[in-house]
Amino acid sequence: MTTIRELTVIGRIAKSGRLGRIALNGAAMVTLAYILTPLVFVTWLAFFRQEIPSFPPEGYSLRWFQAIAGNDRFVSGFLLSLQLAVIATSIGLCLGLPAALCISRSRFKGREALSSLLLLPLVVPGIVLGIALYVFHVEVELATGLPILGSLGGLIAGHVLIVIPWTVRLVTASLAGLDRSIEEAAQSLGANRFTTFRRVTLPAIRPGVVAAALFGFVSSFGNLEMSLFIVGPGRTTLPIAIIQYLEWKIDPTIAAVSVLQILLIATAMLITDRFVRISRVV
Amino acid sequence: MARLEIDRVTKRYGDVYAVRDVTLDVADGEFVVLLGPSGCGKTTTLRVVAGFAEPTSGTVRLGERDITSLPPWKRNAGLVFQSYALFPHLTVAQNVAFGLEMRKVEPAEMSRRIADALRLVRLEHLGERLPRQLSGGQQQRVALARALVFRPDVLLLDEPLSNLDAKLRQEVRVEIRELQRKLELTTVMVTHDQEEALTMADRLVVMNDGAVRQVGTQQDLYERPTDRFVAGFVGRSTFIEGEIEAPGRFRSAGGLALACDGALPGPATLALRPERIAVAATPQTGMDNSLPGVVEFVSYLGATIDMHVRISGKERVIVQIPNRADSLVPSVGGQVHVAWAAANGIVFSGTDT
Repeated sequence: MTTIRELTVIGRIAKSGRLGRIALNGAAMVTLAYILTPLVFVTWLAFFRQEIPSFPPEGYSLRWFQAIAGNDRFVSGFLLSLQLAVIATSIGLCLGLPAALCISRSRFKGREALSSLLLLPLVVPGIVLGIALYVFHVEVELATGLPILGSLGGLIAGHVLIVIPWTVRLVTASLAGLDRSIEEAAQSLGANRFTTFRRVTLPAIRPGVVAAALFGFVSSFGNLEMSLFIVGPGRTTLPIAIIQYLEWKIDPTIAAVSVLQILLIATAMLITDRFVRISRVV
Repeated sequence: MARLEIDRVTKRYGDVYAVRDVTLDVADGEFVVLLGPSGCGKTTTLRVVAGFAEPTSGTVRLGERDITSLPPWKRNAGLVFQSYALFPHLTVAQNVAFGLEMRKVEPAEMSRRIADALRLVRLEHLGERLPRQLSGGQQQRVALARALVFRPDVLLLDEPLSNLDAKLRQEVRVEIRELQRKLELTTVMVTHDQEEALTMADRLVVMNDGAVRQVGTQQDLYERPTDRFVAGFVGRSTFIEGEIEAPGRFRSAGGLALACDGALPGPATLALRPERIAVAATPQTGMDNSLPGVVEFVSYLGATIDMHVRISGKERVIVQIPNRADSLVPSVGGQVHVAWAAANGIVFSGTDT
């Protein structure tokens, strides 16, 4: 009789396994829907013909996309944000890469503290960061007389700050997964430290570096709260242009801008994913 | 290839000695194996030779050069790691080419030498593959080709076979050894596997607690171990505690009077190799020692049979007999007589080493 009982137990386990899988798939679907629904609605809205969004739509058109091209603030905002994100990401990588190497390779007092410190900009709310930078800029300008407040340099420096946590975090993660003996192998074959880094370490952590650049770029490009406090007059990033537009109008132009932004970032992700499997790093 | 001289090398981390006063000469073309349990200092010794650990004191010479404080990339030592450490983003041929590129070898010469090296390890058809497309054994051979192609002065192998499965390991042992002989490579290998060490080495160095315990050939270590650790680590031994009462007479803690070879009176340990003990149903005349005993444990191992025989209240010996048609195969609880010649017992003076 034991066999029958065993079979029942096995059956029950198998059934609970199946139930578990259904539950997991269900939860994944709900989460996915939760993330995608707003995107779907925004995209849909961007093609509505009427000015005041209402359901069901009266018809569809591409006029709001044309409106963007005719709107100087959006065009210049886009260009500024793009420029800003590229420069901030480059500088952030140049600072984050050595920092990550230092954190994961050397043993020194305060290593943990430094590691947390470099992740801090990710934790501090953007508004707080923005106010703090604003006050800092004011104080430095008063003390030195240099034109810092509202300058492009100040804006770039602020964006570098929010790029750094991404570069440090992702590069550190990929360094942790690196087999140190391949570096020792390179050295035993005759490569000095610099050549070893260039020929072996860097190619091995490339996926992490690319992912770091991508996430840094996205977080800089979309940043609103911090930028609000440190942009100068006439220097409007795309997110700020959007929020300013929203203060006066609620027509689907904003939805159209968002669609373009989503497309840009999605394209960037798809392209990078072709070269390195981001999913392996993040 | 060149001669390697390790002279009184000590490596200390704070108060902990990883390697303590190690001296070793490896002749040109000789294959020396450092053998010991994990943490015995064998890997640190190898890393000192490779240049990844700087000795606290002592010198390392390779050929005519003092390489003690030379960085790894100037030592001209070929290294094979346990994890193979192939560059994952480079093809097999590019991996092998790395050492030649660093030495700025001309392109024509380079491709010829890469082809030679790959042929040497029988991988000439896989040059364009990436390491992850190869089996463990193949990756291992790429690592070997990469370490040999630039004609290093010494070949250093850090547990090179540990990641291979048992059957493959036996093949690769022979392969590496034959290659080493053919190319007359000065080689130092680190391993904790005594069978591997015994198969491959010209000479073995047994290490424990950071120090060299004995250096010698397979026969030296097995027949004439200088201390108890070596007798227990290389091959198996039964240790019987007791004392030498008079030259040639050993009194065990369990009260047995045994004939042994020489040694000064005082506390001592008698070590017996399992296969040097004979077993019979009746007392064996003509042997220096013949004792009655009770079989307490038997393991049938195919080619051999192991048994544990109790010879006194405190002592039990391990006996290994060949499994032949006429072998006496006792069962647990059976009465037997064990016997051995005095010359087959190894005496270590002192209580414990």
